[in-house]
Amino acid sequence: MLNRQGRPTTPGEAAPSDHKTFTGNKALSQIEPLIFETGRLETTGVDYEAPKSFTSRLGGFERKSEIGLPGLSEPEAMRHYVRLSQKNYGIDTGLFPLGSCTMKHNPRVNEKIARMPGFSDVHPLQPVSTVQGALEVMHTLSHWLLELTGMDAVALSPKAGAHGELCGMMAIKAAIAAKGEAATRNVVLVPDSAHGTNPATAALIHFVVKPVPVREDGTVDPAVVASLAGPDTAAIMLTNPNTCGLFEKDVVAIADAIHAAGGYFYADGANFNAIVGKARPGDLGVDAMHINLHKTFSTPHGGGGPGAGPVVLSELLAPFAPVPFVRHTDDGMQLVESVDEAANHGAHAFGRMTAFHGQMGMYVRALSYMLSHGADGLRQASEDAVLNANYVRACLADLMSLPYGNRPCMHEVLFDDAWLKDTGVTTLDFAKAMIDEGYHPMTVYFPLVVHGAMLIEPTESESRASLDLFIATLRDLAMAVKRGETERFTGAPYHAPVRRMDETRAARSPVLKYTPPQPILQAAE
Amino acid sequence: MGEIKYTKDHEYIRVEGDVAVVGISDYAQSQLGDVVFVELPKLGKALSKGDEAAVVESVKAASEVYAPVSGEVTEINSGLEAQPGAINEDPEGTGWFMKVKLADPSELAGLMNEADYKAYLASIH
Repeated sequence: MLNRQGRPTTPGEAAPSDHKTFTGNKALSQIEPLIFETGRLETTGVDYEAPKSFTSRLGGFERKSEIGLPGLSEPEAMRHYVRLSQKNYGIDTGLFPLGSCTMKHNPRVNEKIARMPGFSDVHPLQPVSTVQGALEVMHTLSHWLLELTGMDAVALSPKAGAHGELCGMMAIKAAIAAKGEAATRNVVLVPDSAHGTNPATAALIHFVVKPVPVREDGTVDPAVVASLAGPDTAAIMLTNPNTCGLFEKDVVAIADAIHAAGGYFYADGANFNAIVGKARPGDLGVDAMHINLHKTFSTPHGGGGPGAGPVVLSELLAPFAPVPFVRHTDDGMQLVESVDEAANHGAHAFGRMTAFHGQMGMYVRALSYMLSHGADGLRQASEDAVLNANYVRACLADLMSLPYGNRPCMHEVLFDDAWLKDTGVTTLDFAKAMIDEGYHPMTVYFPLVVHGAMLIEPTESESRASLDLFIATLRDLAMAVKRGETERFTGAPYHAPVRRMDETRAARSPVLKYTPPQPILQAAE
Repeated sequence: MGEIKYTKDHEYIRVEGDVAVVGISDYAQSQLGDVVFVELPKLGKALSKGDEAAVVESVKAASEVYAPVSGEVTEINSGLEAQPGAINEDPEGTGWFMKVKLADPSELAGLMNEADYKAYLASIH
């Protein structure tokens, strides 16, 4: 009987949310100042004695004034970062519908396996005989990646999707050079619906990018590809399913058109989660494709990363795969680490992408995901991902607008802003209002080919109940737009720790350095 | 002021003698949103019609600006680098990008006049 004074205990009877507090904090949600504002110049958390004999060799480059770093005690530093982390929103907090990002749940069994000392405490320079288990993980992972994609070789080492793209395109460049066509074959075709990293990757290694317009239904026309392809064509870079969430139904004809012109087919594997166990890129004519382990194979994404972007290569490109790679021999697992050593096995490795073997911890997690799901589980994950996206589409199609008609999508559903026309609400406003409702917004204004795009990828991780709440929330917001409740959107977010950012000013005059208020500045000098 | 013409990629060109002022249309700036960065061509650069002449970046996207006609770049609006907001505020005035010495004035015939451009904008919406 703690509540003897009859205080209100029912939700809703308590003070309204605009109730002001003395500190500005809202209950346990605390306002967190910058670390520079918390810290003091005269304090440090750890106090080391100055070294006894020390002669600076910096000469004239020696710092003459204090550096001005904030000093915090250990509890202060700890609280600062924990409070910041509590403001974070991730897949462990709620639904994270970012399109073309596959923000799926990261199973805890992956973490448990990855923390086994035989995986977590190995060093890349250890003798190969002492890391046979780790190498076997890499070999087994390679096997399953090749099995799922129908390809011939894999380079595990790239550290992210774009790094994988670079690796795949370098393999293509090496294959072209081996044919003696390096000087003439330098054009890469990139559809309008491609990921932005595709043209960037091609340009980075001095290919000339030629855009391919998409047709009315949002897909690429093989006849257009055939008309653009020629003796100067190095490759096409295509995402399938594409960023409109649509399966490129003419993908085989597109592959044939590129191959007929003597070029290679690079597929962006960012959307592989839609087709695992259903279609193999190798069977569709793909020559190189990166796989985002942090998307399709459930390893942590973004800040929880690191990412990993292995590249699978077709028979034509397999000889050019970079080192290192693992070979299974009678004497156990062997690591082929140099281009010369690769040549002994008949390969023409173009070099290496990373200093060591890549993201070992992610290989363990991805393999753990594959083995815990099994072949049938992986296929079902893709089916559920596609089903969930179509459920969202079907439940919102009457209120929001679909640029390519109300037809089945793949693992993500794309809306445009035609339904917002003349309402005074933009795609950005709508996304900001979702923050007030406790959801991370979907991808907005991408792909660029669709006006005011809203790209939603729920992934297979969401339950029916979770999807129903998400859909009900979007329906409520959409109805509010139609009722003319514009302020709910134009002023959003109202409830986030900070209100809407001035993106324009942040981009035009970015403040990249903390400038202390004047008195502190003087004290530092 | 000379006659103003438009391309389907939403660049405008205003001819003043044998020199033409090039920029992006009011529609283009409204679609881009707040412009935060502009990359202009080098003075004296020879452009062919359809070449990528400049890059304009907004909070939403980065886009290329194509040369509406062939010619040599005789002047650039370098003030835009510090004040890219001029493109939003006055795209066909202080927000101009570059001046081009026309290589082939007959290329202008292939562009839309103001009425045609308005009709074109209505047709794409």
